Amino acid sequence: MKLLTHNMLTSHVKGVTKGYPLLIKATEVKVNDVEFNPQFVSRMIPKLEWSALIQAAEELGHRQDLPEELLPEYEKNEEFLKRVHRVLLEVEVIEGCLKCPESGREFPISRGIPNMLLNEDEV
Amino acid sequence: MNDVTWFYNEDEAKKYSQNSRMIEIQTQMSERAVELLNLPEGEPCFLLDVGCGSGLSGDYLSEEGHYWVGIDISTAMLDVALDREVGGDLLHGDMGQGMPFRPGTFDGCISISALQWLCNADKRTHSPPKRLYTFFSTLYSSLSRGSRAVFQLYPENSEQVELITTQAMRAGFSGGMVVDYPNSSKAKKFFLCLFAGVTGVLPKGLGSETADQSVANQVQFSGQRSRFKNMKGKSVKKGRDWILEKKERRRRQGREVRADTKYTGRQRRPHF
Repeated sequence: MKLLTHNMLTSHVKGVTKGYPLLIKATEVKVNDVEFNPQFVSRMIPKLEWSALIQAAEELGHRQDLPEELLPEYEKNEEFLKRVHRVLLEVEVIEGCLKCPESGREFPISRGIPNMLLNEDEV
Repeated sequence: MNDVTWFYNEDEAKKYSQNSRMIEIQTQMSERAVELLNLPEGEPCFLLDVGCGSGLSGDYLSEEGHYWVGIDISTAMLDVALDREVGGDLLHGDMGQGMPFRPGTFDGCISISALQWLCNADKRTHSPPKRLYTFFSTLYSSLSRGSRAVFQLYPENSEQVELITTQAMRAGFSGGMVVDYPNSSKAKKFFLCLFAGVTGVLPKGLGSETADQSVANQVQFSGQRSRFKNMKGKSVKKGRDWILEKKERRRRQGREVRADTKYTGRQRRPHF
């Protein structure tokens, strides 16, 4: 699971109103090489919850010195976009679990695939 | 274990990575679905692939330079996707339980041959209309405004199509069914095209058209006099022939119609 996906994922357990951001407990993290596309990264940045991204990257130990606050005029700052790209698309959680901040429900991640299936009583 | 996971078991999943004809058809359908998505040209988009399976449709998305997240319920199919090292991110989930994403996440959604599975009730607690509604309403919120969702599906009958479309409309989508090659039984393909929020052509500003628009609130001159002039070949309304034609038309539509008898189109006896 990439951190881009994590930034978009919420908990959809019955009764949970916000369920965001999911806490990551990772036991195995991998860094893959993904082709850098500055256009895509700068398009995605306005959609991100920046604080959630920083928190997730911090938890995994791959923060890449990203600032607490989003830089103004990041579109032209290629060095910054490259670091965001690395955090968003290259860092991957292989094993571990996601925890819903509200209900405490855990979604296991195995072989890089989070299991978001709910039980009958959680729908 | 339900119907879907039973159908897409290891053997079936293997077909999707080895059978070249299956791969070809899947890729063709993905191509058509992306065409129908009408994405902005030359921009890399963030897309959702519902029922991504082994990631054949996703491969096409990656080829086009898009980034995608795939969700599927079959672990066997997801394993094949892992082995094939697809470009997108994968999730294990059930579409009938809703899409677990933040509002406005995706620029579009495609789904190849998956939606019809939602019409099955695998467990006693499953209600297809409810599951369809949960799916569509959560999908609607996870799409950005003005984006589209395109589903290729194999509907069993017209009731199924109606159920799916009404639930989609209830969730706020607009759009409808596109049928490719409707006259060929083999090449015929159903695509459900849904629009989230405003899409379509921008209305033209006033005064940009020619003069005939400025008199739109006046009755146009017409030399036509007869009411029946352009009813060529059609019978006079309420006549016996008209009734017979109408009944025939409705029979062709597959509706229930009373048989034609000598009494058809006759007036009832007078009552006092």
